[in-house]
Amino acid sequence: MDKKRPVNLDIGTIRLPITSYVSILHRVSGVILFFALAIFLWMLEGSLASEQSFNELGAMLANPICQFIIWGSLAALAYHAIAGIRHLIMDFGVGEDSFYAGRNSAWAAVVLSVVAIALLTWWIL
Amino acid sequence: MVTTVTSLGRSGLFDWMIQRISAWVMTAYLVFIVGYFFSNPNLNYAQWAELNSSLPMRMFSLITILSIAAHAWIGMWCVLTDYITVRLIGPKATAIRIFFQLGMIAISLLYVIWAIDILWGI
Repeated sequence: MDKKRPVNLDIGTIRLPITSYVSILHRVSGVILFFALAIFLWMLEGSLASEQSFNELGAMLANPICQFIIWGSLAALAYHAIAGIRHLIMDFGVGEDSFYAGRNSAWAAVVLSVVAIALLTWWIL
Repeated sequence: MVTTVTSLGRSGLFDWMIQRISAWVMTAYLVFIVGYFFSNPNLNYAQWAELNSSLPMRMFSLITILSIAAHAWIGMWCVLTDYITVRLIGPKATAIRIFFQLGMIAISLLYVIWAIDILWGI
């Protein structure tokens, strides 16, 4: 392979379909979750260590900054799970036979994520 | 040429399968925990500790954290091998990528140990 052939992967100059955005966000949310897992485990630890730490965690969750961090982590989780379940459905041969089916399921993932994150916001507040 | 020495399954096919199996486990855990919180809106400590100290729940949580670690390892490996490349960031890319890959693997293993410590310390 000629190593000097031109490569254009300047994303800014390429018009991407919705499937690309869904895919990139899936990666971004996955990387966020890798670090957010520390927050989830820290909360699990606080909720299980003792009744006192359980109550302290409950009090901490009333703090708006804590709420925002947890909201962001759970929003990443909701999106990543929904976009991931889309792939699991495709594994069964559903909706992976054409670009249009992929585009429609990508939009469905976006819409479902917006609904899930809205419900999440309502649950936290 | 990217080698697969730091990948979990040592081949794309194995990585793909581990990624799917772990995804199903995590989906099951997520559905369960969301359902549990939804049906127990005024959860207290005793109830929560009782659930998490029961053997079936400990096993479910353990399988889930192992799935998370494997899934994160494979996912982070894909991201690191895609973006920390010689073409994108220059000749030191391989050394930098190995550093981040080993760091990512270490963090994944620490998460597993931490989770076991939490679950068996109730």
